[in-house]
Amino acid sequence: MSTLLSDGGAVLTRQLQKARHAPALLVLTQTMPITMLLFFGYVFGSALAMPGADYRAFLVPGMLAATAANGLMTGLFTAAQDAHRGVMDRFRTLPMSRSAVPLGQTAADLLTTGVSMVPLMLVGLAMGWRIETGLPGALGALGILLLFRFATAWVGTYLGLLTRSEEAAGQLGGATFVLPMLSSAYLPTAGLPGWLRTVAEWNPISAVATAVRDLCGNPGAGAGAGAAWPAAHPVAGALLWSALLLAVFVPLASRRFARGTAG
Amino acid sequence: MTTTYAVLSEGLEKNYGEVRALRGLDLAVREGTVCGLLGPNGAGKTTAVRVLTTLTAPTRGRALVAGHDVTREPGAVRRAIGVTGQYASVDGDLTGRENLRLFARLAGLRGAAARSRADGLLERFGLAEAADRVAGTWSGGMRRRLDLAAGLITRPRVLFLDEPTTGLDPGAREHIWTAVRTLAGEGTTVLLTTQYLEEADRLADEIVVVDDGRAAATGTPAGLKARIGAYAEVHVAARGAVAAAAGVLDQLTGGRPVLDEERLTVGVTVLDAGLTLPRIIRALDTAGVPVTDASLRPPTLDEVFLRLTRPAVGQGADHEEYAA
Repeated sequence: MSTLLSDGGAVLTRQLQKARHAPALLVLTQTMPITMLLFFGYVFGSALAMPGADYRAFLVPGMLAATAANGLMTGLFTAAQDAHRGVMDRFRTLPMSRSAVPLGQTAADLLTTGVSMVPLMLVGLAMGWRIETGLPGALGALGILLLFRFATAWVGTYLGLLTRSEEAAGQLGGATFVLPMLSSAYLPTAGLPGWLRTVAEWNPISAVATAVRDLCGNPGAGAGAGAAWPAAHPVAGALLWSALLLAVFVPLASRRFARGTAG
Repeated sequence: MTTTYAVLSEGLEKNYGEVRALRGLDLAVREGTVCGLLGPNGAGKTTAVRVLTTLTAPTRGRALVAGHDVTREPGAVRRAIGVTGQYASVDGDLTGRENLRLFARLAGLRGAAARSRADGLLERFGLAEAADRVAGTWSGGMRRRLDLAAGLITRPRVLFLDEPTTGLDPGAREHIWTAVRTLAGEGTTVLLTTQYLEEADRLADEIVVVDDGRAAATGTPAGLKARIGAYAEVHVAARGAVAAAAGVLDQLTGGRPVLDEERLTVGVTVLDAGLTLPRIIRALDTAGVPVTDASLRPPTLDEVFLRLTRPAVGQGADHEEYAA
């Protein structure tokens, strides 16, 4: 365990050093959610009328949840990029913990995301979003977002290790863009046709978005009539979804990494 | 130590789906020696290194590295080995110093110890000046040296070098060769793979010629060369003289000459170092064979493989016959 943590720390340092040598990429991935927030908020927001609520106050928690879910994409790219590099084979020939590389990668992602959540929240506040519940609610929401980010980064890492090329990872990563669309991140689910509503309400991103709305006292937190269980219990739903994803994908990704790509 | 062999493998087999990359490779590398696995692309050299360095599990057979079974005790093997890959396996996005410090930490060194190991290796390989530049911007030769330094971070007892100089210019190659010889002089066992006869010749105490996933021949560089011999080729003036030339060469060498009636040539392997080109020409002249051109040259790598691995094809000779 102590070697896992110290080896994971070494890999985390590696990821941060890489980011330091190529800051443009980091800036790009961090400003993307802000751009999207402004776009959705002012382009769609002008056309959308939410009865009795401000759409932009509804949207900000959704965008935070969608950003958290983007761990899937960064995990996928990071793992797929590294998988075919010789340096991964060197890691496998060193007397180090087998889980340290995915752990260090996901932990580094968590750290950079945690930092990038702050400007996203500030832009949200400038757009009229408010934390109505004070510090405990805000910290609870941030905790859920980071936990979910960590969980989706492990899912992405596993998928990235499965892909045979960076191109394949790119296409798969592009496809993950629709996941927040099929959730309550950007739009309320109550108006969706029956089956689509069920899919959207069981989408973990919905649970996270609604949990953040719930914890910050924002519009759209309450479940409508006939809502699915995670939509009615968003905080528990978000925590359980994250725990489930971690329980499944941490062992899968670790084992896959230890095996290597060449079988 | 219960064994004097740093690397020992018996009947090592590795299948990738339908492809049989290793078909029963036996190796025995004594401690403190340099062993060269020599073979063409696709012979199974890299697969052998991957199995021996715990990167991939063998399908059948077993292998001991530094006395530890690669399948059952991979952790103990990893503590004893250093690996330098065919493609510079350092992180091109990090600086040289960051790379070596990372590997030192992952090898179990802490804080100041990791830093001083990394700095010491940078110094030793003449990389101190470039150390704080991102490795992706370095020249091929420098990256290969960094890769070699990274392979030494664990102070390995057994060092694996997979084609350490492929793609390098002669100067950079010489640099790597000197480093390998120094390491061997310090007592590190080295197992290297190469496509270059010259490289195996310069570095290895023993050469294993690998072909088709098996050890086709094993011996010292001098011993293998003696078995392979030189190659004589004679051009004659007319088609009718080809058979006559072959007869003379057959008598001189005891080998089996290869006749080419289109090109008007006869080729034969010459194992006897005393059989010089003037003697061959004189014998042909005495027999009245009209020679237009003649050459005697050391074997090319292609011929080494033909002779040592495919006795049934090419010249149709059986090297066991010569070795006896």
